[in-house]
Amino acid sequence: MLSEFLNAAFLVALVAATFRMVTPILFTAIGLLVVNRGGIVDLSTEGVMLMGALAGFTAAYYSGSLWLGVLVGALTGGAISLLTAFLVVILKMNQSVSGIAINMLAAGLSFYLFRLIYGSSGETVPTVSTFDPLPIPLLSEIPVIGKVFFSQYALTYLAFIMVVLVWAFLYKTKSGLVIRCTGDNPRTVDTKGISVNLVHTALLVFGGMMYGIGGAFLPLVATGLYVPGISAGRGWIAIAIVIFGNFRPFRVMFGALLFGFLDALQLQIQGIGIDFPYQLLIALPYVLTIIVLIIGGKSSGKPLHLGIPYHRE
Amino acid sequence: MQQKSQPILQIENQTKRFGNVLANENISMQVCGGEIHCLLGENGAGKSTLAECLYGFYRPDSGKYTFKGKEFKPRSPRDAIDAGIGMVHQHFVLSPPMTVIENIVVGTESDGIWLDLKSASEKVAALCSDYDLDLELDTIVGQLPVGRQQWVEILKALYVGVDLLILDEPTASLTPQEVEKLFEILQKMKTKGLSVILITHKLHEVMEISDRVTVLRKARLVGTVNTIDVTRETLVNMMVGRTVSFQVAKKIKTPGRAILELRDLHVLKDNGLDGVKDFSLSICENEIVGLAGVAGNGQSELFDAIVGVRQLQNGQILLSGEDISNDSPDMVIKKGIASIPPDRMTQGLLMGFPIKENLILGRHRVAPFKKGIELKYRVIEQFAEQAIEHYEVVATSGEQIAKTLSGGNLQKVILARELSHDPRFVVASSPTRGLDVGAMEYVHKRLVELRDSGIGILLISEDLDEVFNVSDRIAVIYNGEAMGILNREEATREGVGLLMAGFRGGGG
Ligand SMILES: Nc1ncnc2c1ncn2[C@@H]1O[C@H](COP(=O)(O)OP(=O)(O)OP(=O)(O)O)[C@@H](O)[C@H]1O
Ligand SMILES: [Mg+2]
Repeated sequence: MLSEFLNAAFLVALVAATFRMVTPILFTAIGLLVVNRGGIVDLSTEGVMLMGALAGFTAAYYSGSLWLGVLVGALTGGAISLLTAFLVVILKMNQSVSGIAINMLAAGLSFYLFRLIYGSSGETVPTVSTFDPLPIPLLSEIPVIGKVFFSQYALTYLAFIMVVLVWAFLYKTKSGLVIRCTGDNPRTVDTKGISVNLVHTALLVFGGMMYGIGGAFLPLVATGLYVPGISAGRGWIAIAIVIFGNFRPFRVMFGALLFGFLDALQLQIQGIGIDFPYQLLIALPYVLTIIVLIIGGKSSGKPLHLGIPYHRE
Repeated sequence: MQQKSQPILQIENQTKRFGNVLANENISMQVCGGEIHCLLGENGAGKSTLAECLYGFYRPDSGKYTFKGKEFKPRSPRDAIDAGIGMVHQHFVLSPPMTVIENIVVGTESDGIWLDLKSASEKVAALCSDYDLDLELDTIVGQLPVGRQQWVEILKALYVGVDLLILDEPTASLTPQEVEKLFEILQKMKTKGLSVILITHKLHEVMEISDRVTVLRKARLVGTVNTIDVTRETLVNMMVGRTVSFQVAKKIKTPGRAILELRDLHVLKDNGLDGVKDFSLSICENEIVGLAGVAGNGQSELFDAIVGVRQLQNGQILLSGEDISNDSPDMVIKKGIASIPPDRMTQGLLMGFPIKENLILGRHRVAPFKKGIELKYRVIEQFAEQAIEHYEVVATSGEQIAKTLSGGNLQKVILARELSHDPRFVVASSPTRGLDVGAMEYVHKRLVELRDSGIGILLISEDLDEVFNVSDRIAVIYNGEAMGILNREEATREGVGLLMAGFRGGGG
């Protein structure tokens, strides 16, 4: 039985599945990381992913362009986060409550819109042909490794590139410093004449676009079809992963990889039909999430002003 | 030293309201180039408001500024910074987990998008050597002592280049040595031709450092005078409209039985290191024991241990012989220990709550404020009205939200709460920090009254004037250890100063 685990085909499939699982979560987590570093708690990730998935899928379905789907997913996410910004930045509403409200709205709205657009008959399931992997020339020809790591989807590369970009942005640019300081003490930037509201709004819109892309990845790459509730808790898991990653880009990336790996592992083990209660395997990543949250409760990298609305007086 | 130079700043008829609170009414003043100009006034007189308007943080309702010969209309702090005005705020504005240099550079304008900490560090290092500041630029700001954090605040202003620096109560939480150093910095700025507006309540500082003084009272201008032309008494009179005695009248009292006994206390700091070691001290009825010491020598840990928010590793705390070690804070309050915490914003008050509710915190579960499960708001409101009157809190009513109060008035709310509920023992940490002279006189009188009525008081303070003024005995803490205890009569400032610096055998 062990040999089955260790054969090359299994490993390649495992790694490929890992990356497929990681990508949407990584997009969302890295977007959320930036929002959190600016001091905003955003629980709307799950709902925004869902809306991004539906909008992205619909755009791709009617236009035939997958990339247009990705773009529309991003824009939809950005637009919903603009609503979040209105609630928490302008109205100074409780950030957790606002996030939950957006989730509930998105859950209902996505279901309703799906029915509206595609009907409820269920005779013909709308599908799109998914993205093809994009092997990187030369690198993908390296034996084993090439096939494992350098024959992924364009969006997967993009997700990892975003990690590097976000890291460079946060730690190597002046705007990044402004964001980090805003998260710890918004007055530090307010007293320099920088609008805290503007910073927060920009971060939320960026974050929303990332969640939207993360959501759009699901129908456009992973499944090829949209089913209600397609995000399946990934938005929540992204929140846990940011905490696990102690609000640091590369640690968040490792957290996402770990989660993706466990998720892929359970799929692959199910796939080869080992006699093991698969429900336990499915639960594994979620159990991990809970453990992470318990441990991460006192994470040291947490921005000091996280979740507290900023009032000047 | 009279300034003959041109005014660099002219404020004409500034008025500012917050809702129906008039904070500045028709204030006009001038600041000259290269002068140190003190702004003096009681708590809530409108000093911070004036400064914040000038810095573009608040928009005045009316009035006109002329800065460096041009009309100046700041719409945000950016305008003030661009014009050459910097400010060190009453409550520090720093990002504690970031480094010194990051805190200095954040939000400053320079070319390009990339963060260039290296060339910024060079520039700041040059400033540091200019002003004789010994500061590691890569240190995490939160790990610096308060005095150093203030340097960071000053460097923030110098880094962007200022002609006028406003400092709002910069000395309120500094040790005497740190104040000394700050004044050296200000003098250097002055010789470089910079102007300084300094807000402070400490008259000896005003006399020592300023060229001119502008006094505000109840939102209005009283006047501007040359420092050499006035005495402390004149200034006090201008400020509060009456004379204030700096020395409280104290009757001789023989201390009664020990009321609070600390026995071999061992308490840890947050970082797990020793905060207080083998600390023993007993305070009797009818007695005020002053605990002197440079900030950060275990005072806050000791305070926390007494009020029950920090675990004792070892030792005992006895209240009238009863062991209250590791009692919950709630029990400690119920047993009659009142406490005035060192940090009013985080430990003393709920900033988002109205004054009236802040006034009954910790007593909200006892009569007369509670009956059954219901809070008796009528009683609470009455109590609040009285407290506001007695303690001269400048507030519209008990409904006013704490965070809209001026710094000194926040402190008064805490005092009113803690001292009005018939405590058996009071532990007070820097109770007059940020208070104006009138309010300080009141607090000292009140502490002495409480002592006369039989209460024991532990007064933890870095301010030697205060310690000598009200204490019956003076203890010194250094590095978490008790350095000795002296009777007020036999103690000298020099001796206590030596003990504070860790030299045993100082004292009498
Ligand atoms: N944001 C605000 N909203 C409402 N009232 C305010 C606000 N800020 C200040 N005030 C009120 O304006 C008055 C002046 O306050 P200010 O902070 O200028 O006093 P201050 O002279 O600096 O006093 P202190 O010495 O105690 O710091 C006070 O009565 C205060 O309660
Ligand atoms: Mg003030």
